[in-house]
Order: sequence, then structure tokens, then C-alpha cells
Amino acid sequence: MNKAADRGAKALRGSIAPHAEGAVRFDAVTKRFGETTALDGVSVSIRQGEFMTLLGPSGCGKTTLLNLAAGFLAPDGGEILIAGERMNDVPTYQREIGMMFQNYALFPHMNVAGNVAYGLKVRGVSRQERDRRVEAVLALVRLTGFADRTPRQLSGGQQQRVALARALVINPTVLLLDEPFSALDKNLRASMQVELREIQRKLNVTTIFVTHDQSEALSLSDRVAVMSEGRIRQLGTPEEIYRQPCDRFVASFVGDSNILRGRLDGIEGTSAVIAVGIARVKVPREPLKDVAVSAPVDLFVRPEHLVMTDAVHSCATGGTVAAHVYQGGYVDTYIECSDSLRDRLLVRSGGHETMARWPVGSLVGISLTTGEGVAFAQA
Amino acid sequence: MPRSTYQRLLGVIGKLAVVLILGFLVLPAAVVTIAAFNDKAILSFPPQAWSWRWFAKAIAYQDFRDGFRNGLIVTAWSSTIALVVGAMVAFALQRYQFRFRKMLEAVLLSPLVIPHFTVGLGFLILAAQIGWNRSYAVVIACHVVLVLPFVLRSVYVSLRNLDQSYERAAASLGASPLRVLVTITLPLLIPGLVSGWLFAAMLSFNEFTASLFVTAQRTQTLPVAMYNYVREFADPSMAALSVMYIAATAALIVFANAFLGLGKVLNIEQSR
Repeated sequence: MNKAADRGAKALRGSIAPHAEGAVRFDAVTKRFGETTALDGVSVSIRQGEFMTLLGPSGCGKTTLLNLAAGFLAPDGGEILIAGERMNDVPTYQREIGMMFQNYALFPHMNVAGNVAYGLKVRGVSRQERDRRVEAVLALVRLTGFADRTPRQLSGGQQQRVALARALVINPTVLLLDEPFSALDKNLRASMQVELREIQRKLNVTTIFVTHDQSEALSLSDRVAVMSEGRIRQLGTPEEIYRQPCDRFVASFVGDSNILRGRLDGIEGTSAVIAVGIARVKVPREPLKDVAVSAPVDLFVRPEHLVMTDAVHSCATGGTVAAHVYQGGYVDTYIECSDSLRDRLLVRSGGHETMARWPVGSLVGISLTTGEGVAFAQA
Repeated sequence: MPRSTYQRLLGVIGKLAVVLILGFLVLPAAVVTIAAFNDKAILSFPPQAWSWRWFAKAIAYQDFRDGFRNGLIVTAWSSTIALVVGAMVAFALQRYQFRFRKMLEAVLLSPLVIPHFTVGLGFLILAAQIGWNRSYAVVIACHVVLVLPFVLRSVYVSLRNLDQSYERAAASLGASPLRVLVTITLPLLIPGLVSGWLFAAMLSFNEFTASLFVTAQRTQTLPVAMYNYVREFADPSMAALSVMYIAATAALIVFANAFLGLGKVLNIEQSR
């Protein structure tokens, strides 16, 4: 980021007293809408300066949780704490939050400066101080010189930066982001994500980010809470979520996975050994603690952890190449395989020589990278 | 590609139908307009000679002048009161769940199904009872009741179309509910409020049936004055007045459209 942006960040931080405790805590939070339970006793604690992502399919309760943090909704049970204070009965406008909306919600009847200054004006900040901080935050989001534009005159990416500036200028205890990238095209999205994360780190502002896009969640977050049906299924770093999913839902929802039919071969310390064909792979024992030895299990393996080989009969499994999908940096190969729970296996390999070596229709063996993958009792 | 005769015939019939419908719609206005320029002192059609004199006479006629002035007073008050009341009720209906909500809505929209003369008669009886039957108050009150459903509907629809996230954004930035209302909600609702007011004003200014019951000689509005005139005279000054009526209303609509069109651009494009 450029120098102006750095100065902007410094000026902003300087003007704000640091919060002793910026953490947000949800404690057994329950929310019902009529008959449906949107959140079912959700507990999660977000550390000061942390970038926490709530990830899940639509209807999983992630947005409800965010709206509870913002105070747009009131919980039916449990407690919400911001900076150690109980927020259940505190209205939105007294919560010291910054929020970015899916459609940005820039006030159409105000220009950029008016939008950004709104929160300061409401707080009775003097005109001079307001101008100084608006300038600083616009520098931070690289929109110096756009103060007099109206929201309509801005591109999607610029609107988003104004929305971010508006949320940050009041130095919120917590920054709430509601699917802010969903309206941007793919290229812009990637660069805005990097920019957002840089700014978030620079200001060290506690952030709760809601998305249904698992790749966004993995690339941005310090920690991810994977949600489904009003509960948190797994809470962990992106790597933990991706490499050690705790159940079938998380394993399927986050990243691509293959499901192979296998058998529990034995237990070795904290690992379980799974047999697939003649191959043996080690997986975490924890999800299999109720499974008897030699019982059938489903092995979830990432496409990059499967390896294609010519030795069709001396490896875990094999099949017929159905299609290659050239992705530029890598190749996705779909293989018809009888050991797969789905019709086809997906193998991801670098380099396009794969396509020449195993053309569509050829027989190919599949071996497994040991130590990668996770198994669950058969569904 | 050459079109078949059949298709061409269909096209001609279609165009003809559109022209006929449009012609039928503007027919009364056209007849009145032409009659207004008739030099003779009778409402005949088509005229033999042309003149502007009925316009001059209509403008000079004292009952019309008073009626116009009364109409403006009644319209300004009634549509403004209806706007304030309607906006508040629309807010309540749109934002809050409460007992009798459905009933309130039904009652407020009921003037749409109750005939105007019933409303007028009702107000006349009430006003006579308390001795207000010669006052503006009863005319205004009656008009408020008649135009309220339209204002209510207009504000209600704009409120429903207002993206909730603007108000939420303002609240998240620390604005109290009152501040959100004044700095965000009302400015964004201006197109809806203005169109509601204009619609109410036009209805009120043109209202005849109920006004006939509740106005006295001193408070009679322009449509009532016109009715009283046409009962005694049948010269083209009525037609001249109608032409002025049409021109004024059309000008108002054009103005409003330009203004509201702009407002809509401001409002809608952002919310996408």
C-alpha cells in the first residue's frame, strides 16, 4: 500500500484511544423466528484484533449472528458481550460498531465526504477534526480526491471502499462485514480482499466477516466458524478447517473433496489406519472413536492429495479418465471409479502433461498421499 | 424478410385500435376545448365563430374567483394534514406489529369503498349538529378523510421499497432513531411524500360530490361553484374554465414528473 494510506492509518489510530478489550463474545445465543430456530445455543469468542469468519450455506444462521452483534435483532436466549460489556439491551447506535453491508448502503443523498463524516457528525466531532479524519480515512482506502463525488459516480470497488472508510472512521470496537464482496466481479474481489485484510491488520480492528464463499473464508481469516442449521460445526484456523474437518458437513462444504469407500484397519495411538484397496492411510482417530475395527468408513480426500499412476493394479484404487479440465495453473481430472461414493473422483495435478499422459478413456491408478484425509463412519 | 399480407393487416388493425382508444380517451377534453372558443353564448358543437372572451369572463366571474381561492385553501390544508397523518400511519403500519393493525388498515382505506356522497352527508350531519356547517374546518376534515387512503398508500409503498440497510447503516454509525428518521429516512422518502401530497392535492381540488354537501356559499370550492353556475347558465365560460383546469393540472403533472423522476433516480439506483 502507498505512503498516503500509511499516513492515513497512523492518523486514524492516533486519534483513537485503544480499547482495553475489543473482543466479542456470544454465549449460548439462541434466536428463533416463529417456529424455526435460526441459532441454537451458539457460543464463540472473538479475540481483540482477530479476523473471524462465519462461514456456511444460506440459512445457516451466520447473518442472524451478525445482526445480533449489530443489535438489529435481539436474542431469545444467551448473552452477547462486546468489550466485556453485556450488549443484549444496548441499542445499535450505542454499540460502537462499524458495519459494511452487502449492497454498501451508501447514503444516496450525501457525497462521499458526507457519508464518511456521518458517524463523526453524530458523535459531535468538531468540523475541523471531522475534515482531518475523513481525509485520513479516505487516504487509507486510497480514495483521496473523491470526497465530493456522489455514490452514484463511483464504481463498485470504490463504493465498497467508501463503505469501509465510513465504518472505520468512527474507530469501531468491532467491524462487522456482511458478505461485502458478493457484488464485485472476480478480479476486483481478489484485490479488494487483499486490501481489506491489509487495512484490518494495520488498524488491528476486531472483525467479524460473514460469507458463504469457502475460498474467501480460507484466504482471509484468522479463524473460521463453519455453521450449519443454527450451530457452529467447527471453529478453527483455515488450515485446521481444511485439513482436519470435524464432520462430513465441514469436509464437504469447505473445499473440494473426494469420498472413497474404505475400512477401519486398526488404531495406532492418535491415528486410525484406513484401508482402501491394498493401500493403508493414516487419518485422525477422533472422528472414528465409535467405529469398530474392520467396519466400513468413508474416507474424505482432497483432490490435490490423490496421485495418478500407471500402476493400475498395485495402488489404492483406479478408474477410467472421463474428462480433463484445464485451469491454467493446474488440471482437474475426473475419473470414473467404483470405489468413489460419488460417480467420479476429482484429481488435481499441476502441469498439463497429465492430459497428454492419461488421455480421456485411459485406465489410471490412484494412490493416496499418506497423512492427508479424514474418515467418518459411513452415513 | 417479407411480411405476409396477413401480418400487415394485423399491424394496421392494431394501430387503428390504439388510435381509436386514445381518441376516445381525449374526446371529452377535446370537445370541451373546442367549445370553449365558441363565440356564441351557447354550449354548442362545433362552433361557427371563434373567441377568447369566455376565458376572460370565467376569470372575472366572482363566484369562480372565490371558488378558486377556497379550493386552494381547502386543498393546501387537507392534503398537508393528510400527508402528515398518512405518513405517520404508514410508518406504524409498515414498521410495527400491533393488535388491530389489519383493522386500522382497513378503516383507513375504507373511503375507497364508501361513496363520496356518503362521506359528505355524514360530515354535513355532524357539522350541522355542532354548528360548524359553514366553516372551512368541515370541508377540510371531509377532504382529509377522502384523500388519506391515497397518501397512505403512496407513503406505505415508498417505505416498503426503502432499503432497510440505509437506516441500519446510520444506526450502526451511532445515529439515534430520531436522527436516523430526520437525516436518512425522510430525505430518502421525499419522492414518495411529494407524490403523495400532489396526488392528494389534485384529488382534493377536483373533489365535487362530497364538497357539494359540506360547503356553504362562503366556502364553496371551484367544482361546486361551477356546478352552481351551470345550473343557471349554459354559456362556454364553463368550457373555458375546464380548459384552464386541464392545462393547470397537466402542467402540475409534467412538473411533478420531472421532479419525481429525478428523485427516483437518486433513490433507486443506489439501492441496487
